[in-house]
Amino acid sequence: MSHWMGKLKTLLMLSFTAIVLSACGKENLTALDPKGYGAEKSMDIMILSIVIMTAVFIIVAIIFTIAVVRFREKKGREDYIPKQVEGNHTLEIVWTAIPIVLVFVLAIPTIITIFDLADTAEAESSIKVEVTGNQYWWHFDYKGEEIQTSQDLYVPVGKKVYLDIQSSDVIHSFWVPTISGKMDANPENVNTMFIEAYEEGVYWGKCAELCGPSHSLMDFKVVAVSQDEFDQWVEDMKNVNPEEKPQDAVASEGQDLFEANNCMACHAIGSSPVAVGPNLTNYANRTAVAGILEPTKENLVDWIMDPESIKPGNKMTGNYPEVSRDEAEKIAEYLMQLDHSDVNPESAGGIID
Amino acid sequence: MSIASTQKKGFGAILWDYLTTVDHKKIGNMYLAAGAFFFLLGGIEALIIRIQLIKPENDFISAGLYNEMITMHGTTMIFFAAMPMLLGFMNGVMPLQIGARDVAFPFLNSLGFWLFLLGGILMNLSWFFGGAPDAGWTGYAPLSTSSPGHGLDYYVMGLQLSGAGTLMGGINFLVTIVTMRGPGMTYMRMPLFTWTTFVASILILFAFPALTVGLFLLQFDRMFGSAFFDVALGGNSVIWQHLFWIFGHPEVYILILPAFGIFSEIIPTFSKKRLFGYSSMVFATFLIAFLGFMVWAHHMFTVGLGPVANSIFAVGTMAIAVPTGIKIFNWLATMWGGSIKINSAMLWALGFIPSFTIGGMTGVMLGASTADFQYHDTYFVIAHFHYVIVGGVVFGILAGLHYWWPKFFGKVLNETMGKIAFWLFFIGFHLTFFIQHFLGLMGMPRRYWVFLENQGLDTGNLISTIGAFFMAAGSIVFIINIIYTTAKGEKAANDPWGTGRTLEWAISSPAPEYNFKQLPLVRGLDPYWIEKMDGNTKMTPAEPLDDIHMPNGSILPVVISIGFFIASFGFIYQVDNKSWLIVLFAGMVIAIGSMLIRSLKDDHGHHIHKEDLEKEAD
Amino acid sequence: MSHDHSLSPEIHDPAKATHEGKHKYLGLWFFLGGETVLFASFFATYLALRNSTAGGPSSQELFGLELVFVMTILLLTSSLTSVYAIYHMKNHDFKKMQLWFGITALLGLGFLGFEIYEFTHYITDYSFTFRSSAFGSAFYTLVGFHGGHVVFGLSWLTALMVRNAKRGLSLYNAPKYNTFAIYWHFIDVVWVFIFTVVYLMGMVS
Repeated sequence: MSHWMGKLKTLLMLSFTAIVLSACGKENLTALDPKGYGAEKSMDIMILSIVIMTAVFIIVAIIFTIAVVRFREKKGREDYIPKQVEGNHTLEIVWTAIPIVLVFVLAIPTIITIFDLADTAEAESSIKVEVTGNQYWWHFDYKGEEIQTSQDLYVPVGKKVYLDIQSSDVIHSFWVPTISGKMDANPENVNTMFIEAYEEGVYWGKCAELCGPSHSLMDFKVVAVSQDEFDQWVEDMKNVNPEEKPQDAVASEGQDLFEANNCMACHAIGSSPVAVGPNLTNYANRTAVAGILEPTKENLVDWIMDPESIKPGNKMTGNYPEVSRDEAEKIAEYLMQLDHSDVNPESAGGIID
Repeated sequence: MSIASTQKKGFGAILWDYLTTVDHKKIGNMYLAAGAFFFLLGGIEALIIRIQLIKPENDFISAGLYNEMITMHGTTMIFFAAMPMLLGFMNGVMPLQIGARDVAFPFLNSLGFWLFLLGGILMNLSWFFGGAPDAGWTGYAPLSTSSPGHGLDYYVMGLQLSGAGTLMGGINFLVTIVTMRGPGMTYMRMPLFTWTTFVASILILFAFPALTVGLFLLQFDRMFGSAFFDVALGGNSVIWQHLFWIFGHPEVYILILPAFGIFSEIIPTFSKKRLFGYSSMVFATFLIAFLGFMVWAHHMFTVGLGPVANSIFAVGTMAIAVPTGIKIFNWLATMWGGSIKINSAMLWALGFIPSFTIGGMTGVMLGASTADFQYHDTYFVIAHFHYVIVGGVVFGILAGLHYWWPKFFGKVLNETMGKIAFWLFFIGFHLTFFIQHFLGLMGMPRRYWVFLENQGLDTGNLISTIGAFFMAAGSIVFIINIIYTTAKGEKAANDPWGTGRTLEWAISSPAPEYNFKQLPLVRGLDPYWIEKMDGNTKMTPAEPLDDIHMPNGSILPVVISIGFFIASFGFIYQVDNKSWLIVLFAGMVIAIGSMLIRSLKDDHGHHIHKEDLEKEAD
Repeated sequence: MSHDHSLSPEIHDPAKATHEGKHKYLGLWFFLGGETVLFASFFATYLALRNSTAGGPSSQELFGLELVFVMTILLLTSSLTSVYAIYHMKNHDFKKMQLWFGITALLGLGFLGFEIYEFTHYITDYSFTFRSSAFGSAFYTLVGFHGGHVVFGLSWLTALMVRNAKRGLSLYNAPKYNTFAIYWHFIDVVWVFIFTVVYLMGMVS
């Protein structure tokens, strides 16, 4: 946007955030502190519209206040009959014409940015990720790279990454407020949009379309790392050996249990078309257990023991043999050792607490 | 006083009277009472939602129950509270305002009410029979087609019944306004509330069938195995969204336009000044309605319709600000130079102007599609539409209740309690919803059962919940006011405000059964005000005193509605067990049989005789 | 205000001579406005799903013009005969009115018979049902709702004709006949659209 808008933006951001709220939300979650291309464009239009609308509101408020104060019924003049005015053409034209102008002022930049954000000219030369929304987790498939992952989407900073968004069941909506506005994941068609993060960081993502009981628990992250780190991560992810034996005995037992309980029917480790449940490659570097809990072993054990109590209505509950706490701990130990890359959330600056 | 109410009657007789009535005023009162009942239900659901969100990761109610709660809150408030109460005003006021003795289709009017009521009851019965619908009031497929249990089936049948009822009401109002305006009541002399009733009825007529179709598709998918929304068989779930919003957006105007009409009556009355820019108000009403049909896809900016569609719908949406702005400025200009008397009714109207302006502002902001990618499906949207629907429609309903209470029930509501209720509700309203704009932008999507700890959302949600309790307190004071007034209030005069302008204030409070003993001669806009300014105390009659023809009451509307109500259970449960088809057919036989009886049995109405009328006081 | 419903010779249009008649006339037109949106929504749904055959039979394989052509002729003619009936109503000729309405009903019944045959044919010979595909659902719903309207219209007409057979024409029942006739025209117009959008477009594309 133009220069004056940049200035206005700074001014408004300052006054607006300072007066109304002490903070504008949590960093890397809020849409009010944009750090990505789409979020910035949205913010531009938001600010423009807020400026126009606040001006309108102030005018209405002033006229309203004067009218109510000045023309209140006076004591002792209850019988006074005011002049019955039919209307006033000049006034009526003024308050029709000015809003029309204001609508144009807002509509033109809106249309420009709509087309800008829908631009797919660079899609072919950019990284493409197929994003699939599932009840209640996200699957990411890097096109042409044989990399599948879940819940944490790694992207290089400063690059457009094109997302082909779809759903495997009901409608979801992909939203990373600090980086970009949202796009629905429909079951019948692919929606394409791009995201571009300006700064390295771990960004919160949310599902923004009611998708069942655990709709509010369908969080994910976008991990924006430097291009070098991203390349490294791609390399690491491509070279994962799913058969690899863990170092210690407990984790080895866990791996056996993982296999014995047929967890692989749904959960792949390494590149695999299996996407019934989240792909667990590089699990040690996950930012969260089940998308919402601290990434600790205890939480993972709790999840394995009783996922229903954590995410009601999830598709894992009841679809695997019962495991004892001891067994669950071993499986958790195994998963927590699946450290396939040195590029991790810490590389992006870690999760903001 | 009317002939009927001078005679002492037992409870049974009164009940029978209401079950069989075709009197638009009694039907209006029943709409108000039923709407108020559902309003309380929806309000309790709202409080439960806010209690759940009082702190992060709260477990006051379970996730499944929460989704049922939000679905029922939305559906109940829109379909069973706000709309019926507005239909109540339309029934109670519009025929009086145009100088009519009755409506065009009194039988259909009654049928419409009973269908709405039984539809509302049907949907709420789902709480007791295995769980309420849980796919949101918008019922998006395929979540709604795949939702287990029968909740969504109750949603479909309940809305189908009440929707049919509303459609009947709409047609009745349209024909009434076109054909039954009294002597001298030209279109451009009609009060604004009558105009908005007319335009809202047009919207009902053209919007509800889209919902009907959407519901049929959902019903067929859920109950009879069709594949409209089944992607595996080539179905497409976006069709539901289109149909729902082709109905859903005009629905917003079905709610807000009558509320605008109410304010357009109250503001002139208590400013002692005629409505500024009457013709432009009428024009703006039509323009809003027209544009309202052109913008449904602004609810679908993130569906992936593409930049062209998004641009067109964005500009269309912003354009609605223009006629809405005209209305706001006309109300301000009406007050300007007037002599404003602030009582409870006027207070609600005054509270409306800034509140609704905020809702309108955020509406334009939401229309800017690029920014909507952030707002969409967050608490920003929740804040916006509550500013419009509470700040506009609910304030309108409460203003209208204070204003017309004497005309409906013959008593003036208590002023002190009216003002206390207003301030509690008004403060609570802004406390609840203003902060939600920011919650949305701070990353809180709507329909979230819990928000997580340490995401900066705690304070805002706490404030919001506190506000909700203020609103509840305001509502309780209002209920106490009603009880107090009913018990202790004094009988109201014909024109209790002294500054009434329209025809309803020229007749007794409450209005007699036949409304006007002799139809009044209308000499201009604000006919009663004109007569008062000319020193007359009542309207000049346009006809000699004669027998008045009135329609006969009938129990058939209740029976027909019960028939469809029973059949609905058949539809819902035949999925589990085919023997429920018997119930379906039995219900249909009752309903269609009663319709046949209505059709085949002659009903010529009755007359109130001149001699009886002469005995009545004016 | 008199409420004598007998027919006097100077009344030109008995259907609109009373308040009730005018209300019914206008009310039906408004109702048809709503019906238009109803069918428009079904048409839009059909257009969106008409190629979603999910491997099942497509419109080209299914539809045959001969049958649909005969159905169209039957329904169009029935609309014409209802015009004759209304013409006789305006001439206060009850017997001829009943006769022409009787013919209308028979033609409508014929149409319905062919439609039932058509559906049975698709179901038995092509296993093309309501549940086969989204196309199947949309087809049977759109055409079926029209058929449902025909059934309703026929029942309505039959009830009117039987009820009034011995009473003759009056200002009380004339509006009822008249509203039926307008409704029947509407059904006819909807069929013309179905013929074009469903069958003709379904044959070529």
